[in-house]
Amino acid sequence: MKLRAIIVDDEELARQILKEYLDKAGDVEIVAECANGFEAVKAAGELRPDLLFLDIQMPKLDGFEVLELIDPPVAVIFVTAYDQYALKAFDAAAVDYLLKPFSTERLGKALERAKALLSDPQPRAFQAAELAAAARPPGQALERVVVKDGTKVHIIPIAKLDYVEAQDDYIALHSEKKQYLKQQTISSIEAQLDPARFTRVHRSYIVNLERIARIEPYTKDSRVAVLQDGAQLPVSRSGYARLKELLGENV
Amino acid sequence: MHPIFRNTTRLGAYLALWTILAALLGALMRIPGDLAWSQALSVAVPLCLFYAFVCLTPWYLCRAFPLGTAGVARLLVNHLAAAILACALWIGLARLLAVVMELGSRLDSAIPQLVVIGLLLYLLSVALHYALLAVEASREAALQTRDAELRALKSQINPHFLFNCLNSISALTSTDPGRARDMCVLLSDFLRKTLGLGERASIPWREELELARTYLEVEQVRFGARLQVEMQVDDDCSECQVPPLVLQPLIENAIKHGIATLVDGGIVRLEGHVEDGHLAVRVENSFDPEAPSPRRSGLGLRNVRSRLQTRFGDAAHLHVAAQNNHFSAEMVFPCHKTNS
Repeated sequence: MKLRAIIVDDEELARQILKEYLDKAGDVEIVAECANGFEAVKAAGELRPDLLFLDIQMPKLDGFEVLELIDPPVAVIFVTAYDQYALKAFDAAAVDYLLKPFSTERLGKALERAKALLSDPQPRAFQAAELAAAARPPGQALERVVVKDGTKVHIIPIAKLDYVEAQDDYIALHSEKKQYLKQQTISSIEAQLDPARFTRVHRSYIVNLERIARIEPYTKDSRVAVLQDGAQLPVSRSGYARLKELLGENV
Repeated sequence: MHPIFRNTTRLGAYLALWTILAALLGALMRIPGDLAWSQALSVAVPLCLFYAFVCLTPWYLCRAFPLGTAGVARLLVNHLAAAILACALWIGLARLLAVVMELGSRLDSAIPQLVVIGLLLYLLSVALHYALLAVEASREAALQTRDAELRALKSQINPHFLFNCLNSISALTSTDPGRARDMCVLLSDFLRKTLGLGERASIPWREELELARTYLEVEQVRFGARLQVEMQVDDDCSECQVPPLVLQPLIENAIKHGIATLVDGGIVRLEGHVEDGHLAVRVENSFDPEAPSPRRSGLGLRNVRSRLQTRFGDAAHLHVAAQNNHFSAEMVFPCHKTNS
């Protein structure tokens, strides 16, 4: 079986050595070389490779964000120089990881692992966004959310995120009157967001605290949060308790 | 040497204090009514000036018997013995002065008070010396901590940079062995220079600049056409003494948070000139404002700022500004041409 692979690295020499090694290995076909995350997401969508060699630190989109955006997920081998946080997570999120500089032997092992995993008839249930979330360093809140919309990639800075709404297996991210769908659970994005800026006001809603204009009673037991742009979100009893704790009694 | 002798203002203040004490002592000696002002002062002033120096001797004794480590009994015995000796000298001189001034027995009534005052002044001086030693010890400790931080900073070579370089060399060995060799030499140069800075308090600007140049050359191999470097540094800066590695964090930031965030790369611009006896250094680069802020955001800048502050105080400043996709860091500090 000849593996179809994409190399993603912003440094030309790094791509070059990987290419050289893979050419020697013989059973890998390099279908694309990408110098940044955007190219990688696009190429992976169009070419549907078996395997991705992915650098972590890159311009525009980092390796984790690329991993989040590739759909359907592919087998990934991280290639990185040094990343103390990521290392821990690699075991869970990736087929293997290579530390630069690496030997041909080490690359050979990684390829064997990839082949073994890919020939497994049971496809791995593999949720890229969840894995990428797990791979982030602990205690570091998300600063931006990346969403893929067809072939376009949107980057939403956290400050521009108004609220998040759960929709079955997806979440809808509302920002500047637009809505972006992403395959992720609301609990997992809740865990990634800064709890001082975002709070879960309802089973299906997370709101940016800065956007709340006022809270109004709705029924006897529930309330609605009215945002600055006029949007109304249901607030559950426990959600109201959380809001009171964060914003004080005057809500 | 006693710290009071290290600086003439301090010594002056100390002697002025003793002159006041001499006036008080003179007033005290006049109370029985036997002495005139001039007679009382002619004894009190030389006596106090002499005792001023006697009261500096506890410095050596206090250092020999630091509080907390020496036993309490030994401490008391030593200091009391010294106090008695000092007091004996003080009384002896007082009597001698009385004879010289032909005061007869008119000073005798003041002797018991003089004994008490002599002992108390000496013991007070012991207490003050212990306080002084404690202050010096804490200052020393602070200095050592700062030195340790500095050493750590100097020896800190960004591992990301190092491993990526080795990877570039590894890639070049098959395609371009000559460049691989050049890169090895450049990297070794950079490492040697960085490691050699560990023991030095300051270096001439040209060495700091040379280090930055080497670093940028290495990075140019890594980033290829993505990294362009422009340098405009006046020659008259060369001999300014600067804290080692004061420029390096700014250059590293320009690459890591600037050029590395851009798909097509950009320019790192370095300017340096001397103005009004100050060295002004400016590092500019383009960056991607949408890139997530780095994990260890601001650590390098904080380091530079605190090192400039400790070295030059308010005479130095570091100013950073980010506008659109342009970042600039400017530091200005006094240019001392000789290593003092």
